[in-house]
Amino acid sequence: MNAPTTGSTGAAALKRYPRRLALAAAVALPFVLGGCQLPTFWGYRGSTAQAHDEFRLWSGTFIAAIVVGVITGFLIIWSIVRYRRRSDDVPRQFQYHFGLEVAYTVIPVIIVLILFGFTVVTENAVDDVAPHPAVSVDVNAFQWGWQFTYAGKGVSIEGETLNDPDPVGLNGAACAPADHCLGPGLVVPAGKTVRIYLRSKDTIHGFYVPQFNFSRYAQPGVLNKFDLTVQHSGIYRAQCTQFCGLYHSEMFFHVVALPPSQFQAWLSTEQSATTAAARSSSVSGQAATGATAATGHISTSTRKAAA
Amino acid sequence: MTVLAERHAVHEHAEHHEGPTGLLKWMTSTDHKVIGMNYMYTSLVMFFLAGLMALAIRLQLTSGTGGVLGLSNQQFDELFTMHGSLMLYLFAGPFAFGGLANFIVPLQVGAPDMAFPRLNALSYWLYLSGSITMVLGFLSAGGAAAFGWVGYAPLSEATFSPGAGPDLWILAIALTGFSAIFTAVNLVTTIFYLRSPGLTMFRLPLFTWAMLVTAILILIAFPILTAAMVMLFSDRHFQTHIYTVVGGGVPVLYQNLFWFFGHPEVYILALPYFGIVSEIIPVFSRKPMFGYKGMVFATMAIAALSTGVWAHHMFTTGTVLLPFFSLLSLLIAVPTGIKFFNWIGTMWRGQISFKVPMLFCVGFLFAFLMGGLTGVMLASPPIDFATHDTYFVVAHFHQVLVGTAVFAGFAGFYYWYPKFTGRMLREGLGQWHFWLMFVGFWVTFMPQYKLGLEGMPRRVATYVPGLDWQNLNIVSTVGAFVIAISFVFLLVNVWVSWRKPVPAGDNPWDGHTLEWFASSPPSHHNFERLPSVRSERPVWDFHHPDDLVITHSTNGNGKHRHPVTVGSGSDGGHE
Repeated sequence: MNAPTTGSTGAAALKRYPRRLALAAAVALPFVLGGCQLPTFWGYRGSTAQAHDEFRLWSGTFIAAIVVGVITGFLIIWSIVRYRRRSDDVPRQFQYHFGLEVAYTVIPVIIVLILFGFTVVTENAVDDVAPHPAVSVDVNAFQWGWQFTYAGKGVSIEGETLNDPDPVGLNGAACAPADHCLGPGLVVPAGKTVRIYLRSKDTIHGFYVPQFNFSRYAQPGVLNKFDLTVQHSGIYRAQCTQFCGLYHSEMFFHVVALPPSQFQAWLSTEQSATTAAARSSSVSGQAATGATAATGHISTSTRKAAA
Repeated sequence: MTVLAERHAVHEHAEHHEGPTGLLKWMTSTDHKVIGMNYMYTSLVMFFLAGLMALAIRLQLTSGTGGVLGLSNQQFDELFTMHGSLMLYLFAGPFAFGGLANFIVPLQVGAPDMAFPRLNALSYWLYLSGSITMVLGFLSAGGAAAFGWVGYAPLSEATFSPGAGPDLWILAIALTGFSAIFTAVNLVTTIFYLRSPGLTMFRLPLFTWAMLVTAILILIAFPILTAAMVMLFSDRHFQTHIYTVVGGGVPVLYQNLFWFFGHPEVYILALPYFGIVSEIIPVFSRKPMFGYKGMVFATMAIAALSTGVWAHHMFTTGTVLLPFFSLLSLLIAVPTGIKFFNWIGTMWRGQISFKVPMLFCVGFLFAFLMGGLTGVMLASPPIDFATHDTYFVVAHFHQVLVGTAVFAGFAGFYYWYPKFTGRMLREGLGQWHFWLMFVGFWVTFMPQYKLGLEGMPRRVATYVPGLDWQNLNIVSTVGAFVIAISFVFLLVNVWVSWRKPVPAGDNPWDGHTLEWFASSPPSHHNFERLPSVRSERPVWDFHHPDDLVITHSTNGNGKHRHPVTVGSGSDGGHE
């Protein structure tokens, strides 16, 4: 089908852009596959193996979005600048261009299918669970805190909102910096696969560690399991993201990734402490760090009354 | 040959419809125009209320520990819940399918009224009572509902959210839900049965097409929501344990039901506004809608896909089949992209006049482009895992919804205001409104993307000061106040046009569709005569008989449709 003669310049110009878009996508592809040197686009590169997969998808998708956005934005700006009203003439009344319409239907379908392919590969990697994780932790969320139980080890850590009953940090020091150490700490060995079994005791909560590029709902009646392989030892702040009531804003926790030897030492200490005395009193909370001063005026007892 | 379909019956009718005036007229009328205006006034009141709540929320977040307002957690939770509920249930939807559609669709199809005028009045009164019911939650002892506009069970169960506020919220949604369903029935019937002679389906204006598809989506989605609310209510009061584990129920059922409504709802809130943009861009470009039929099919494709994407709100629940919902969600970008390129194609080689309605449409294009691109990102489950329930999502859906309901919505308001009232709004004040709104929009929401990527969760009343989120939050709050100031210009504009009216005439924009053939404001039964309808732009064809659409199947010189000649002295009220 032929374009109207005078309409063809514009139509042809429109038609060129999808090809450029495909070209740009082809240029972007090596970046997507190439991995670590991708720009972050304000996201986290990711501190777990799973997070790193997500990061590559994020960065590649962002590049594709920039290409599509710039082309479309340019077309809009070009139209409004070039074709602003200059006279009272009635422009040519063209309405259809079959080839062009097919092009901007088919090309987006191709882009979407490519994106979907990368999505499926990435989500399978992120959601993959290893047959034999090094450590398994039962994470139980509740209004408004977290309980971490190390299956078969007889160790359980539980803390509400800002309070950390066990402020363990790196290399035997106390947890620092303070703003990253709010709430109970989920202590895991760095470099090993950690299996999380996630549940909720009451409402829906969100298990979210920003630097792991990962979140999952903790829901009553649903058992979610996933693996985290933290690549380097460190403190990773985290908090509940699914709105869960009055103290949702303060439902913090953090992940403490220790070198495997330090993790074993920590686990042994906890085991002996647990056998020595019931640690249930930990709930009432040792004041964690200086950071609690910000909002720490809410005592545990009033919080329970509010519930 | 004459092409005007005379409607003698209207004259006879008009004699009997002098009826009450003033307040009594507003309360008793079954005229679609009066009901449409009632809907618009009410929904705009809800919009401004919800906007004030947004300002309070933004003020709270200027510091990590409560900001200048120092709201309690409970107050903050009530505010963001009611902000979302008012904006989505009581403004964005009713403004489009209750207000604009009620007023415009019968005019665009050349009908004297809606198919069921009394049902139409019932819809409005249900909507008004639902709106009042929801806002009354603030006066209940325990405060208004405080579980987010989605009301996820089990948080919304009586155990965790006792009191009358949540019950009023549930009741309000049931009432407005029925209102929406009745309006949808009315719109579908009107569009199918009351079209004027010659107005075939493929000559329907795109706004009317959008409203038809929206109405069908409402009929699919709203009964599910109403059912979900009835079950939630019976859980709260009759211990039915549908959504609680303790009695053998399934909490995640609520999310499935809610989003089976909720995602079509997103397009119930978007399609009418796409329709508005598809009316305005051709008129101000002086061209036919590029790819009109493709636009219709794109609208239907969006509606069809939207019923199969609900679980993309539930990617992080671990209970849904990720690839299925991801693929369908990604595919929605295709018909949406078609719409975008059709709008650009309409402007292409046009003569674009940047009057205020067109400015707002351009604002919509940029806003929705940004919101759409981040939407494609979120359709990918791994990226959703990283950003779910953070401010990234908040920024995304505000760009989409402000782009549609506010930019495109007020484009429609400025565009049809002369038809509603017979008066023009002032261009200068309108431009101030647009530019402040446009700047405020980007300043408000772009920082929120970055906050989300750094991990700031949504719906938090406080945040840790040491994470350096405060500066971005302050920027966002400043943007919100710029938006608020922009609306002062709208209010002043309406006030000025009321006190010092500038008559609009019947067709101030050289419009394309039948509403511009009626007087401004239209008489009681809308039309005394109609032009012949030979394309989707009968009024353009009437006024520009030598500038008809060029067919695409000839060498470019042929005229696709026969020129319409007009009988003498029958210019139908055109000035």
